[in-house]
Amino acid sequence: MARTKGYWWYLAPSLVLFLAVIVAPFLMNLATSFTRWTGVGTPKWAGLDNYARLIEDERFWQSFQHNVGLIVAMAIVPTVLGLVLAAALFDYIGRRFGTRTAAALRAMYYLPQVLPVAVAGVVWGWMLHPSYGAVNQMFGLRLDWLGDPDLALATVMAVMVWFQLGYPVVIFMAGLQRADPALHEAAEIDGASWWRRFWHITIPQIRPETFVVLLTCTIAALKVFGPIFVLTRGGPGNATMVPSYFSYLNFFQKSNVGYGSAIATVLALVIIVVTFLFLRVQERAR
Amino acid sequence: MRAAGPGRWAVLAALVVLAAVMVFPFLLVAVNAVKSPADYSSHGPLSLPAEIYLQGIVDFWNRVDFGEKLWNSFVISASVALLAVVLSVLNAYALGIGRVRGRLWILVLFLVGNTLPQEALAYPLYYLAKEVGLYDTRLSMVIVFTVIQAAFGTYLLSAVLGQFPKEILEAASMDGAGRFRALWQIVVPISRPTLSVLVIFFFIWTWNEFFLPLIFLISNETQTVPVALGVLQGEKYMDATMSSASALLGIVPAVAFFLIFQRTLTRGVTVGAVK
Repeated sequence: MARTKGYWWYLAPSLVLFLAVIVAPFLMNLATSFTRWTGVGTPKWAGLDNYARLIEDERFWQSFQHNVGLIVAMAIVPTVLGLVLAAALFDYIGRRFGTRTAAALRAMYYLPQVLPVAVAGVVWGWMLHPSYGAVNQMFGLRLDWLGDPDLALATVMAVMVWFQLGYPVVIFMAGLQRADPALHEAAEIDGASWWRRFWHITIPQIRPETFVVLLTCTIAALKVFGPIFVLTRGGPGNATMVPSYFSYLNFFQKSNVGYGSAIATVLALVIIVVTFLFLRVQERAR
Repeated sequence: MRAAGPGRWAVLAALVVLAAVMVFPFLLVAVNAVKSPADYSSHGPLSLPAEIYLQGIVDFWNRVDFGEKLWNSFVISASVALLAVVLSVLNAYALGIGRVRGRLWILVLFLVGNTLPQEALAYPLYYLAKEVGLYDTRLSMVIVFTVIQAAFGTYLLSAVLGQFPKEILEAASMDGAGRFRALWQIVVPISRPTLSVLVIFFFIWTWNEFFLPLIFLISNETQTVPVALGVLQGEKYMDATMSSASALLGIVPAVAFFLIFQRTLTRGVTVGAVK
């Protein structure tokens, strides 16, 4: 097919740039993860030392545990709440109080999503301040939300639920518009309760959207950096340490570039595996 | 048929309370950013301002040269949005319409490139940028994010162009239009709605980026809005009113984009979800 050959030229600029900005740096990161390197001078080959050290490093395991908490806060809770909210707005509020009311509420849930996540961190850093913050004032408390090791992760999780909630609501409401209203009406005439209709009709109808939301939010939770940097810098102690911040710390503050690269490589692998598993499950569900 | 008279008001009330919780931080920031420090320390963050006091915002603006940060964010985001759409169109033309061999693998490669954590590219990129003299320049971020965003744009656009009506292209080639002319005079104008969605998304995503800009843009002259605010958070000279002023300055552009592009964004979120 001589005809399709000429099309390669259209790919050339991207492939060159992609090689330079993504493929080569990724391979360099992989190679560096087998070395000891401070960032200056020549890297020293270290074999699997960095990975052996990772396995024994308590901070590393803790950082992944915190990621699990953030997946709950950024993916699972927003998805579950988002399903209920979207269904309630769409076929309850929308029908009884008008679509304008539903759209206005949806926009309010979505508002935090328009912020850069670092700015969301700035907003909450101010609101949660132990001495002058609004949250303590409001409830008459004197808690150090982000400075108390027992409280910090839960606080960050709560902020992330606030930040993420609007995204599933918008996507699910769009998905519901695609669904056939006749099914709902028939079930309602048959006397099915709202909850039964939600469980047996709404949820199966927007299954594709649910997969997309869970996947993108889980990846976002695994990569999370901005709010951790702005709110807690991984502290107090290691209470909110996550892999991305842990690798940043090793790269730019501890000059352990080899170790940082190993952490980043493991994080990349975890994300690729998670993506792959999700896509497999999604294929099977079809 | 529809019973539960008071019940529906209870549902509405619950949803309205939740909406109030979601919006409350925005209101609180707006109210406190226009409060004087004395007012804040005597009445706290929950009272209404005694009078409108704009000095906190002005002081913060001047202290960080906020106009410069806005300009940096705008230049980087706008350049990325335009360049990434151009690259996406070129790629999607070859993959979706040209159907080059191995297109599935190329798509997978782009998609993996887009989902990779930036941490796994950060140090080599930092090192390479220093080597070629691009470290701490806005151009470095334009190049990196153009590639990252175009990787996603290619994935989305290839699916759209894969369904482009063949007859139109055949008619054009009968009339003697070459491939390049067919792309710019037929494919691009017809796909304009999708392309404009991509431009807006790339712009906002790039505007919101934090991790790589934090590493690359270390001097005041190159920093973007999120980096400047994120780095200043918790600094000693930031008192309560200045913190809320800084939060307000971070919120305003984001909300402005949202209001301007609301329709396109909602459409785009939907397109992205179904693909």
